[in-house]
Amino acid sequence: MIEVRWHGRGGQGAVTSVELLAVSAIAAGKYAQGFPSFGPERRGAPVAAFTRIDDKKINVRSGIYEPDVVLVLDSSLIGLVNVLDGLKPGGKVIVNTHKTPEEIKKDLNFDGPVATVDGTGIARKEMGVPIANTTMIGALLKITGIMELDAMKASIEHRFGRIAQKNLNAMKRAYDEIQISN
Amino acid sequence: MHKRVGLEVTVAVAEAVALCRIDMAGVYPITPQSHIAEHLSNLVADGVLDAEFVTVESEHSAMSAVIGASSAGARAYTATASQGLLLMNELLPIASAMRLPITMAIANRAVSGPLNILNDHSDIMPQRDTGWITVFAENGQESVDLSIQAFKIAEHPDVMLPVCVNIDGFQLTHMVEPVELPTQEEVDAFLPPFVPHATLHPSRPVTMGAFSMSDYFTEIMKAKDEAIKNSKKVILDVWKEWEEKFGRSYKPVESYRADDADVVLLTMGSMGETAGLAIDDLRARGIKAGLVKLRLWRPFPFAELKAAIKNTKKLIVTDRAVSFGGPGGPVFSEIKSALFAEASRPAAYNYIIGLGGRDVTVSDFANMVETVMADAGNKKADTYEFWGVRE
Repeated sequence: MIEVRWHGRGGQGAVTSVELLAVSAIAAGKYAQGFPSFGPERRGAPVAAFTRIDDKKINVRSGIYEPDVVLVLDSSLIGLVNVLDGLKPGGKVIVNTHKTPEEIKKDLNFDGPVATVDGTGIARKEMGVPIANTTMIGALLKITGIMELDAMKASIEHRFGRIAQKNLNAMKRAYDEIQISN
Repeated sequence: MHKRVGLEVTVAVAEAVALCRIDMAGVYPITPQSHIAEHLSNLVADGVLDAEFVTVESEHSAMSAVIGASSAGARAYTATASQGLLLMNELLPIASAMRLPITMAIANRAVSGPLNILNDHSDIMPQRDTGWITVFAENGQESVDLSIQAFKIAEHPDVMLPVCVNIDGFQLTHMVEPVELPTQEEVDAFLPPFVPHATLHPSRPVTMGAFSMSDYFTEIMKAKDEAIKNSKKVILDVWKEWEEKFGRSYKPVESYRADDADVVLLTMGSMGETAGLAIDDLRARGIKAGLVKLRLWRPFPFAELKAAIKNTKKLIVTDRAVSFGGPGGPVFSEIKSALFAEASRPAAYNYIIGLGGRDVTVSDFANMVETVMADAGNKKADTYEFWGVRE
């Protein structure tokens, strides 16, 4: 089982991403849970959302405290929220930033694997909006290999209709452009 | 064939209710139930569901509206949580006394105060004696299945009672997970149209929900008690038919590795699967632990409960609500009462857990079992503790 914690700010679409990811994984025959951090949430305030994906039925329903992967949708949260909290040994950090993985490692004072991509820049170019939640799904799929990029197609089309292709293009670019540290 | 899809559980429940071809929904949105209200309203607005969606100004009105609709012969549905359920309270015994087969989802949430929107069972527990058939779902699939079964149970001529399906707030309601949604044909084959035994109609005037003094009131209460006790047979029949048609088994009490267990944990609702993982951990370490899950709360399944724990030496009842100044949690109180007359019964412990959304992990459940096993002379039996409380 792989457990992912998403960090973002209210309104950036972390909850939408975990939902799309779970729906797509389930459509691909896997088992998945996608859920928000439970409680009142406000636009702009730090939020978390969670994904569990497995090949067999998932029975655990408590929170995710030791994620395999942390995905940071908004790099301004670094230093504000402990995004490394509980990360498993060897666990990966994926950050939406124009910085290099080495720079983020320094910012985080973290020795493990870090991957970065300028998701917001890609989203701006491909979709005309600085909202990188679907873009960063591409980054996550590349780093984790949970499933093929194509597996996202149906849920993105269902959710976004005529602007689905732009989301898929942005996702593909993040998939291609993400850089991972040594 | 039915399809396996990833859906938020509230959406899946609304889809399931729509498959039941309800005639009317009277729903007031409240977290964490709101998505049920929103999605049902969408289905009606989109023309997918041919039903009257009554937008009401409170939960008191919601329950009043479904009582009215059900009296007129409609298949009527509502859903609520927490304060909303409390606001409905005075109408719940009226729905059951009028023998109206209303069904309701309760997205279980703590009641104020202090204000809290997260999950526990303090909303449903005060409704225990309102005469509603009460079941608890453990996962998204059960939330869907029980929501469909509820109509068939409620509307059976031998039952004619309202049914509430308890779906833990957030832990279930806000989870996107795999569910198998039956097709319309499958639901139609399972659930025939509702045929009311009497209806309000302007051209055929009848009186429903009238007045009674001491001359008949006791008899009416006895009749309601008999009705809910007798509903058990229908509930079992409906679950048997469900298993035959859909392959998923439902029992009033579910046992997991409990037959030869020295210590048995008892849960109700969404924490069952997490607790099951703790049982697996304990068993792997050679500890004979088991799990019993209570699905049917009313009518209370006395015989099934006794059978499920007949061999156990120690029983740990977990409660998601408090009976302040009482014997611990309401489930504990019920279980002790059920076992009182037994010649041999386990030492019974009570942990109050998961209040107001407090998370309970696999290791919490394993720790509960180990704590109770370490209580050599059963000194802590018959008492209750707030698990993990800071003092």
